[in-house]
Amino acid sequence: MARIEVPMPQMGESIAEGTVSKWLKQVGEAVQRDEPILEISTDKVDAEIPAPSSGTLVEIVVPEGDTVEVGTVVAYIDTEAGATATPSAPPPAPPEVESPAAPASAAAPVAAAAPVAAASTGDESAEERLRTRSTPVVRKIAEEHGIDITHVPGTGHAGRVTKQDILSYIESGPPAAPPATSPAAPASAPAAASAASAGSAALGTPSEFWKVFYGAVEHPEFPVRAADRVEPMDKIRRLTAEHMVVAKRVAPHVHSFIEIDFTSIDRIRNANKARWKEQGARVSYTAFVAWAVSRVLREFPGINSTVSGNNVVYRGNVNLGMAVDLDPGLIVPVIHDADDLGLVGIGRKIIDLAERARDRKLSPGEIQGATFSITNPGVLGTLVGLPVIPKGTAAILGTGAIEKRVVVVSDPNTGEDAIAIRKRSLFSLGYDHRVVDGADAARFLARLKDVLEDFPEDA
Amino acid sequence: MTGVSRSLAVRRLGRVSYSRGLELQDGLVRARRAGEIPDTLLLLEHPHVITLGTGSREEHLLADADERERRGIELFEVGRGGDVTYHGPGQLVGYPILDLNPDRRDLHRYLRDLEGMLIEVLRGYGVEGRRVDGLTGVWTPGGKVAAIGVRVASGWITSHGFALNVSTDLGYFDTIVPCGIADRDVTSLERETGREVASREVEDAVVRAFCATFGAAVVSDVTG
Repeated sequence: MARIEVPMPQMGESIAEGTVSKWLKQVGEAVQRDEPILEISTDKVDAEIPAPSSGTLVEIVVPEGDTVEVGTVVAYIDTEAGATATPSAPPPAPPEVESPAAPASAAAPVAAAAPVAAASTGDESAEERLRTRSTPVVRKIAEEHGIDITHVPGTGHAGRVTKQDILSYIESGPPAAPPATSPAAPASAPAAASAASAGSAALGTPSEFWKVFYGAVEHPEFPVRAADRVEPMDKIRRLTAEHMVVAKRVAPHVHSFIEIDFTSIDRIRNANKARWKEQGARVSYTAFVAWAVSRVLREFPGINSTVSGNNVVYRGNVNLGMAVDLDPGLIVPVIHDADDLGLVGIGRKIIDLAERARDRKLSPGEIQGATFSITNPGVLGTLVGLPVIPKGTAAILGTGAIEKRVVVVSDPNTGEDAIAIRKRSLFSLGYDHRVVDGADAARFLARLKDVLEDFPEDA
Repeated sequence: MTGVSRSLAVRRLGRVSYSRGLELQDGLVRARRAGEIPDTLLLLEHPHVITLGTGSREEHLLADADERERRGIELFEVGRGGDVTYHGPGQLVGYPILDLNPDRRDLHRYLRDLEGMLIEVLRGYGVEGRRVDGLTGVWTPGGKVAAIGVRVASGWITSHGFALNVSTDLGYFDTIVPCGIADRDVTSLERETGREVASREVEDAVVRAFCATFGAAVVSDVTG
């Protein structure tokens, strides 16, 4: 009887879980009632959790950094100093666990999970109500799959159905014999039914629907298997994931391709190599492409635009986003007013931004405001890619691997065909079909090809 | 609004170092828990300082030690939620030391209340502030104008709070990725209104909006 539970407290109606950020007391330490023993965090809020009673902290169940559902036991306190740590029978469930309680009162022993066959409280309806009070995520999954949540064996706090439970249930179907921790489900489940119908009413008006569809991203979860490793996404990963989902939802993507011959560019590179080296400049193929794109974009304002509501915003600047591989992760620094820079200037800028991107030294302004983006999957040998258009822009160029290929060339004077070896690359343009039509994309790509294949000497 | 149920002491402290601000809050949280003082709203500004919340990642700190020294920026690690934040002159910082018992024991509600209060303040200046789903803080069409990071000590006593850019030199935000959100701009009340705004006047507006939001009446208002 002396061993009492410290549960993750309910810190707000819409807060279903909390992360243990710091243990202020260690196992074996004495604690006073109401003395802070751990800190938890939810987004933007840190909170101290006080000891529900005086005694000795005998077990920490949830380590720092772990996120658990409200009600999960995070630690045990032994209230009898010097008493053995033998777990005694869990206390009977109190009749009411409804209140979003203060840390102090929530820490009173809430209905215990039943690790051993707990004596029935004889109060089936309270038990059921407890089990169906799962997190919104679980209820949503249940609703989507038409599952009566009371039929799902719960392994969470007080037999509550966790996300893991319901996902396993979906994957493997109802178990032949429910595990001992779950009491047999009753036939009727009014609570689950009403929760389900309340959920489906949430879509509201069409404009509300679109707002949610374009704004809120929730990634579905999948069952974890024994050999798997689970890691939280870091911030760049999370922002990328969210951005990509929204970008794909918003813009109807179309992709068109063109093959570019690098003979002219190679000639200019070779002719200037020594001079550029003296200047300490490196002018990569990407710099040539960025230079050409920035000039051609001026001629095609529709490609350098974005759909905003029922308007098209034609951007007054040419700001090129250049995708940089951080391995792991991706960041897209921006060359502002790229059309004001010469070829060497763009080359320098690209190297500077890429280096500082890898050192995480970009300022916020340097990763904002792109009006068009370039990504280079070809750098690792990929033939061509189908890039996603960053939200707020109308198009993105993907450059494929530059390879020597056997091609048919025609002599401009005699018109005779010959087989030749040429350095070539496939370029793909991803564009938002709401504002850019196929022919627009074709004209843009053809013009880009013209410029790249007859590259100006004075760029 | 609901009837007045809280007494609020307002203390306008002017320029206060970040460490002094932490000390003050510690003492006030203890006093509030013991019932020795009423709910208290500290209004102040900090010298240039970058603070790291418990959710901070180093990659969101873009200025290295040399650059921080050159620009005279202090660095602090603090026990509040949220990521990297910059404070400095021209930014109105508010630290509400409130007992959320018994009727406001909901952290999300508290965050939303602070946002709503700031949106009300902006509205008084003809600036449209709004929330952004999934993020805490207040945004205008021009960018993020107010940051929020809160701590709740045992017994539901709040500390830390909000930082509203009034006439902040926004160049200093280049030293961080605000709250780890890399693709959004930062703005200030002055930039949004296009005119100079007196800080005393903004403080008054904050006190009014705060009282309306939290159903509080000012019982003392002390400067210094």
